[in-house]
Amino acid sequence: MHILDFNKLSLRDINKTLQGSDKNSFFSIRNPKGSHALAVGINKKITVKIVGSVGYYCAGMNKFSDIKVEGSAGPGLGENMMSGNIYVTGDVSQYAGASGHGGSILVGGNASSRCGISMKGVDIIVKGNVGHMSAFMAQKGNLVIFGDAGHALGDSIYEANIYVAGEVASLGADCIEKKMTKKHLSNLANILSNANVSDYNPDTFRRFGSARSLYNFNVDNAKIY
Amino acid sequence: MKKKSTTEPRTSHTFDAYTNSEIRRAAETGIYDIRGGGSKRSLPNFDDLLFLGASISRYPLEGYRESCNTKVILGDRFSSNPLNLEIPITIAGMSFGALSAQAKEALGRGASLVGTSTTTGDGGMTKEERGHSKQLVYQLLPSRYGMNPDDLRKADAIEIVVGQGAKPGGGGMLLGQKINDRVAEMRTLPKGIDQRSPCRHPDWTGPDDMEIKILELREITGWKVPIFVKVAGSRPYYDVALAAKSGADVVVVDGMQGGTAATQEVFIENVGIPTLACVRPAVRALQELGLHRKVQLIISGGIRNGADVAKALALGADAVSIGSAALIALGDNDPRYQKDYEKLGTTAGSFDDWHEGLDPAGITTQDKKLAKRLDPKLGGRRLANYLNVMTMEAQTIARACGKNDLRNLEPEDLCALTVESAAMAGVPLAGTNWIPGT
Repeated sequence: MHILDFNKLSLRDINKTLQGSDKNSFFSIRNPKGSHALAVGINKKITVKIVGSVGYYCAGMNKFSDIKVEGSAGPGLGENMMSGNIYVTGDVSQYAGASGHGGSILVGGNASSRCGISMKGVDIIVKGNVGHMSAFMAQKGNLVIFGDAGHALGDSIYEANIYVAGEVASLGADCIEKKMTKKHLSNLANILSNANVSDYNPDTFRRFGSARSLYNFNVDNAKIY
Repeated sequence: MKKKSTTEPRTSHTFDAYTNSEIRRAAETGIYDIRGGGSKRSLPNFDDLLFLGASISRYPLEGYRESCNTKVILGDRFSSNPLNLEIPITIAGMSFGALSAQAKEALGRGASLVGTSTTTGDGGMTKEERGHSKQLVYQLLPSRYGMNPDDLRKADAIEIVVGQGAKPGGGGMLLGQKINDRVAEMRTLPKGIDQRSPCRHPDWTGPDDMEIKILELREITGWKVPIFVKVAGSRPYYDVALAAKSGADVVVVDGMQGGTAATQEVFIENVGIPTLACVRPAVRALQELGLHRKVQLIISGGIRNGADVAKALALGADAVSIGSAALIALGDNDPRYQKDYEKLGTTAGSFDDWHEGLDPAGITTQDKKLAKRLDPKLGGRRLANYLNVMTMEAQTIARACGKNDLRNLEPEDLCALTVESAAMAGVPLAGTNWIPGT
């Protein structure tokens, strides 16, 4: 294990080291002090443990690597990630997993507004609650919420799935509750299994997705917007 | 029987023929007009400015003997690998999806022949444009369609698109008929549905966030490539100052004549300000920050010829960018397709329903048969010719003003034909020392 200490190294030094490391390396980052853009653009299967809270865009555009934050994360966690796994033990701020194409994000605490905005294939699991406008314009992938969801959940959603165990304050435009089929129960089980989450009751989850009524413009729908 | 009137029928300036036809169209269809391109209304523009050639008080350079530099470096503020362009005219962002793969290839070929850059668009980077563009700017757009870190690292520069001159504050639109399998896959959306690109980025709001976003992009790309920020012409003084403060290497300001693949006509014609009005406030913002020429300024929106290039540079820009004009060079709205345009209810020169995918010139389409009408090699050659002509025209003017570098042109070389253009450009009305507003 390599230790990278923010008290001794700059952000550039640390990111350069991570991006240029050998496959299967293991790093522990100490004293992150809420730094922004930490562990971004990694393109290899490595493991990174960050001891402490981080700022904006931690693990942005991640590919292949497993990144754990022992603390909380600022806005844009794992934005546009392509693959790999991110686990934050605490809470995360706005736009977690924004535009993520693949891989998975597990949030131990709560996620703020717009969690999973424009997601394009990533799986996001939030053990707590999510804020308003989560899964806004979500295109593909899965958002699993163990707690409650804020207002306008899934507004203008495309083909992503949302699973909620708690209460939903309100649904956004063109988002509807859908039947939880065997196929979707299996999908939920796979997502949680891949993230090593086993403490759940599948019967408590409801599924939400697109009514697909706004996919092609129709003037009679104008009042919905 | 009433006697026939001897006076001429009087048409209304308020309710002119086009306005009336739009009212009828709205009444019939119940939907606003969507079209491509930029503003078509008469606006103060670069034609309203004239150069004051050298005479006794200034001496000119020999037109065919003395050199006039056209090279420009874009993005050397923070990046280690700035763009080195042979000419100060770049190709603006236009997406694969809005344009055919052949058109993207032609743009890359033409730009590369003359040593300038092209720019991707919504939907990501295609192998055709990367393969044929020696210098390629990769756009980071609000939709993030097709955005991926591998392409980001292949780019020669990154352009964060905050806005577009045709629609400041608005998002994009690609109607279902242009969404074939390849476009759908690149954008991670089902085939055939309308794709509405958002107007805001999904993971930041405001200049403080943008500063951190720029930091992230630099950390991902190792501080190698320049970061451009593109804003629509609406509040250029503030937007350029904020973009520069946020850490941009290059700021692109796109006036309302700048084209779009598709948006509402009411948006194109009523939101934003003319390109001419954008330049001086943008330059002043950089000058006041001590960043003029350190953060390069690119002006776009209705640039058509070398005179426009020279005027934009004389007002303080470092380069210009063209989109609509490049498409015309490839063959867009060419009179040889007049019959086909008539079948679509329009004429060569007026066609702007780019979003419908029926472009007879094969440029703004995903229809395979139509797209084949454009030969990428020939199109590239035509674009290169056009870019060369623009450059030579700008050099001709610069030499006449006694300048051995296009960027040595200055406001003092200009006068204005109208009070409005004098005020916008901050140069005197022709034959006077009067600059309105000063």
